[in-house]
Amino acid sequence: MVRFFKKCYVSIIFAFLYAPILVLTLYSFNDSRSRGNWGGFTLRWYSELFQNRQILSSLYNTVMIAVLSAVIATVIGTAAAIGLHALQGYKRKVVMNLTYIPVINPDIVTGISLMLLFVFSNLKLGFLTMLLAHITFNIPYVILSVLPKLKQLDSNLYEAALDLGATPWYAFRHVILPEIMPGVVTGLLLAFTLSIDDFVISFFTTGSGVANLSITVYSMARLGINPTINAVSTLMFLSVLILLIVVNLRTNKDNPKRGRVNEKQAYNRSRRFSTARSRIHEHAR
Amino acid sequence: MKTKWAASPYLVWMVIFIVVPILLVCYYSLTVPAETGREFSLANFHRFLEPVYMKVLFRSVKLAVIATAICFVVGYPLAYILARSNFQYKNILVMLLVVPMWMNFLLRTYAWLTILERNGILNALLTWLGLPRVNILYTESAVVLGMVYNFLPFMVLPIFSVLSKIDHSIIEAAEDLGANSLTVFRRIIFPLSLPGVISGITMVFMPAVTTFVISRLLGGGQFTLIGNLIEQQFLYVGDWGFGSAISLVMMILIMLSMAVMSRFAGEERGLGLW
Repeated sequence: MVRFFKKCYVSIIFAFLYAPILVLTLYSFNDSRSRGNWGGFTLRWYSELFQNRQILSSLYNTVMIAVLSAVIATVIGTAAAIGLHALQGYKRKVVMNLTYIPVINPDIVTGISLMLLFVFSNLKLGFLTMLLAHITFNIPYVILSVLPKLKQLDSNLYEAALDLGATPWYAFRHVILPEIMPGVVTGLLLAFTLSIDDFVISFFTTGSGVANLSITVYSMARLGINPTINAVSTLMFLSVLILLIVVNLRTNKDNPKRGRVNEKQAYNRSRRFSTARSRIHEHAR
Repeated sequence: MKTKWAASPYLVWMVIFIVVPILLVCYYSLTVPAETGREFSLANFHRFLEPVYMKVLFRSVKLAVIATAICFVVGYPLAYILARSNFQYKNILVMLLVVPMWMNFLLRTYAWLTILERNGILNALLTWLGLPRVNILYTESAVVLGMVYNFLPFMVLPIFSVLSKIDHSIIEAAEDLGANSLTVFRRIIFPLSLPGVISGITMVFMPAVTTFVISRLLGGGQFTLIGNLIEQQFLYVGDWGFGSAISLVMMILIMLSMAVMSRFAGEERGLGLW
């Protein structure tokens, strides 16, 4: 009996969580502009979507900025984590606290503070400023995913490599990097998804007609409900879903080859939790 | 390892894009336009104390508190069920809790517009069931609903992770000593889950109090929250000084409450977030 109630409770909450997604998907195939009735199945909104210049250009901006900002943030962030790991005392404390600022600050404050900077330095608001903003809020997440891996690393390994005649760069590439790779990959994925998903910071740091998908949806939604948005959201949801499933399958496939079962499990679990965590952080900022 | 230099590109980046912007916010909030440039003044902060703006602050806090309370009341049992019962697909259920968050939060909020509309799905369903129609779109209830919908997983996940880490032998010990299930919950499980509850509350309250999208889309722009006020000052009114002052106050409040919360939750690393 108790079990039945528990099941009911869980089902109701999951219905609540999934209803809007289901509704959006369903109505992206509805051949009627009004919501209350079903006008038959159509792919009209999808074909309209691919003729819509505004949506296509914002899709391009979203993907470009996500890729560029994730890669740049991963490079700067990984280097920063290595440097910070060697840093001690109050200097480290100061830098770490400053690093947390974009993580805990409300998005809107990060957004307007960056906007002030760009306007103050006479940068024209647009693609470049949005990219700079995305790199800025991505770097802390990369640092925070790489640092724990560095903590687990035996610092003698690097010294040993140098003693055996490796150049610092060679030692980094062949000794340190493989060890911290899981953290780097997590950071990269985190940065990518955060960037794809961002609305608030982009909203304040862009201008002159450059928009990403979130901004386009926001401006379309304010004008009234448009079935094309349902089609966009369905496609976006599906692509993120597929991307994450592929990533998860890949990690499942890669690791057994190395025969490290326990590590594989630990890695997958941490990856999964960090995805959850990332979402939490994004909104907790 | 002599690798400190590796952090230098980041340090430069950090100073330009994190430190300088914050200083600019401080600068604008502490100055007002004068004949030549800007001059020092506390007028911006003073203005924030006016009743109109205090009302906005009060409304933001009120809606965020309501949303957080609902999330807690609804989310705690869910976390408890997920963590403590032996459902077959428990892990999948936890994953399913995270999946909606992969969808852009703007789109998820937008979806509620479709459901709550006057001729939307909810009303179609209610008519079909023979119940009276409701019009909650563009009311405070819709805004709270949007907040609960968007932030509920942030309440459930931390509580779930704390609850599933509880050592089962402690509970068994209590039962052996004669505690009934209510006492076990009240004296053992709930106190041990407090760190999760606190981070859950933080993670729901913070974004709820600063949102401007949910109130704009589901409140139809009738309910100015603190986030909307900041947006207006920067994008429509152009009063950067006042906008910066509100942002600064909000930032300080959030940093303070984060610090207090993390002390309270007994977590050391970072601000208890990571």
